[in-house]
Amino acid sequence: MSLWINTKRVARYGLIGFIRNGFVSLAAVSIMTLTLSVLSGLMIFSAALDETLVQLTQKVDVNVYFKTDAADAQISDVKKMLEALPEVASVSFISRDDALAQFRERHKNDQLTIQALEELKDNPLGATLAVRAKNTSQYEAIAKFLDTQQSSRTSAGSAIDKVNFYQNKTAIDRLTNIIDTSKRLGTIVTVIMGLASVLIAFNTIRLAIYTSRDEIGVMNVVGAGRWYVRGPFMVAGVLYGVVSGLIVLLLLYPITLYVSAPLQRFLGTFNAFSYYASSFPQIFFVIMASGIALGALSSYLAVRRYLHN
Amino acid sequence: MRVPVHDKKCGMLNFVAARCARGQNRHMIHYDKVTKIYNGGQHAVEDITLKVDAGEFVSIVGHSGAGKTTLLKMLFAEVMPTLGSVYFDSRSIGELSNSELLSVRRDIGTIFQDFRLLPTKTIYENIAFALEVAGKSDEDIKADVPHVLELVGLADKMWSFPRELSGGEQQRVAIARAIVNQPAVLIADEPTGNLDPINTHDVVEILKKINNLGTTVLLATHNRSIVDSVGKRVVTMDQGRLIRDDKMGKYVL
Repeated sequence: MSLWINTKRVARYGLIGFIRNGFVSLAAVSIMTLTLSVLSGLMIFSAALDETLVQLTQKVDVNVYFKTDAADAQISDVKKMLEALPEVASVSFISRDDALAQFRERHKNDQLTIQALEELKDNPLGATLAVRAKNTSQYEAIAKFLDTQQSSRTSAGSAIDKVNFYQNKTAIDRLTNIIDTSKRLGTIVTVIMGLASVLIAFNTIRLAIYTSRDEIGVMNVVGAGRWYVRGPFMVAGVLYGVVSGLIVLLLLYPITLYVSAPLQRFLGTFNAFSYYASSFPQIFFVIMASGIALGALSSYLAVRRYLHN
Repeated sequence: MRVPVHDKKCGMLNFVAARCARGQNRHMIHYDKVTKIYNGGQHAVEDITLKVDAGEFVSIVGHSGAGKTTLLKMLFAEVMPTLGSVYFDSRSIGELSNSELLSVRRDIGTIFQDFRLLPTKTIYENIAFALEVAGKSDEDIKADVPHVLELVGLADKMWSFPRELSGGEQQRVAIARAIVNQPAVLIADEPTGNLDPINTHDVVEILKKINNLGTTVLLATHNRSIVDSVGKRVVTMDQGRLIRDDKMGKYVL
């Protein structure tokens, strides 16, 4: 019962302190709002980076071109072997007829090429397997596997005309590099920005409590227990977090709506607003939890300095 | 108002108090060869032995820097002695656990020259805080706070903030806070240092009244007229040493 009474009193004093120290609360809430904005910005940034990178990765594939006289059985053998590899994400088959139709479609404004095609009696194009790896760095391994199949002259391998990996190699390597670097850079930026803003918020709350250091001393002398002294400050800290969290979540609505169009022009398909709308529960949880934890922990540590026993 | 009475029989008069304490064969407060050396190597208090019985009114006098404040702070463990020990109700302050120390602090009321009220709390809340800390119920708090404010003549200022009160009024609030838990001892460290003569007189009268109701009072001051008007036991300190201890003393320095 006494615990309940104490909790009630601590909560009430926390709320009263939050309201009465209006300017201090305002300062703490504004800094915390900035911190949480940076945090939400970083969340959106990393989501944008992830989605853009996934899309870039999906644009890359390796094509296996078969000879025009390759039998269906040989092609499906190769397809099965590829699908059995752990690195392979998907293999899609393009038949000779499909390849021809695609070729015609691509060159429909190029009369000369179409005419040349008409001259030929037979379809000059072979069937193709488009292979997509789970990771861009795995294309090399897949290409090597196809090479050995081709050179060892197994029945399936002998049907392979060529593999276009080596023509694309430099492009794929460079893309792999870019993706790795941007992921690493993104992590570093997130960590540094996150740390910096957390430190600023922490120091602001410490400064706010510094103004109450005499008060903490008086509470000590009157015989208040540690939790009874630090409780109201921690409640106020949690309130800073909740209020600034709500402000940030509200501000994100117009901001994402406004930036999503220009951002989409730059990043391709990533839509900041639909990300905000679809991941709202997740964003809500992260922002609120960070705000509350930051407020409570900062208050706890700040009061500890002035508690002498 | 349930007045702060501890031992009515022992508290009424000095000689009765002395006899009572002898009968119980112990002293309420006992400084046993206490020395305090601060970090700078300066001796704030040197080899002081002092015994105070329940119900006494002891004035501790001396120039600034004589060690009065240090001596008093050692009683509620804001300062720990370098040598020797301080006993409160036969318990050594230095050996108390954290929670025991808190309960001792609640049993000692304190008043300071600079009042030390909580600036963001109303007068009511300032006094209620001391009761809450002692674990009193909301009903008790609602009943006790107005009573104690009446006792110091500030019932009408209940909802003001400390900054809205004069120095004398703030000190009376501090006294109300100090006695509301009915402490065994009231420590007053230069309580009149910031007050004009009229307020000083009021504060001293309140302290005498509290003492008459049975609470032991330790008053540190360098104000000659206060000490002479109280006319009770006077302990004189100089440069950290106890140089006089008079039963019915005057300010001599």
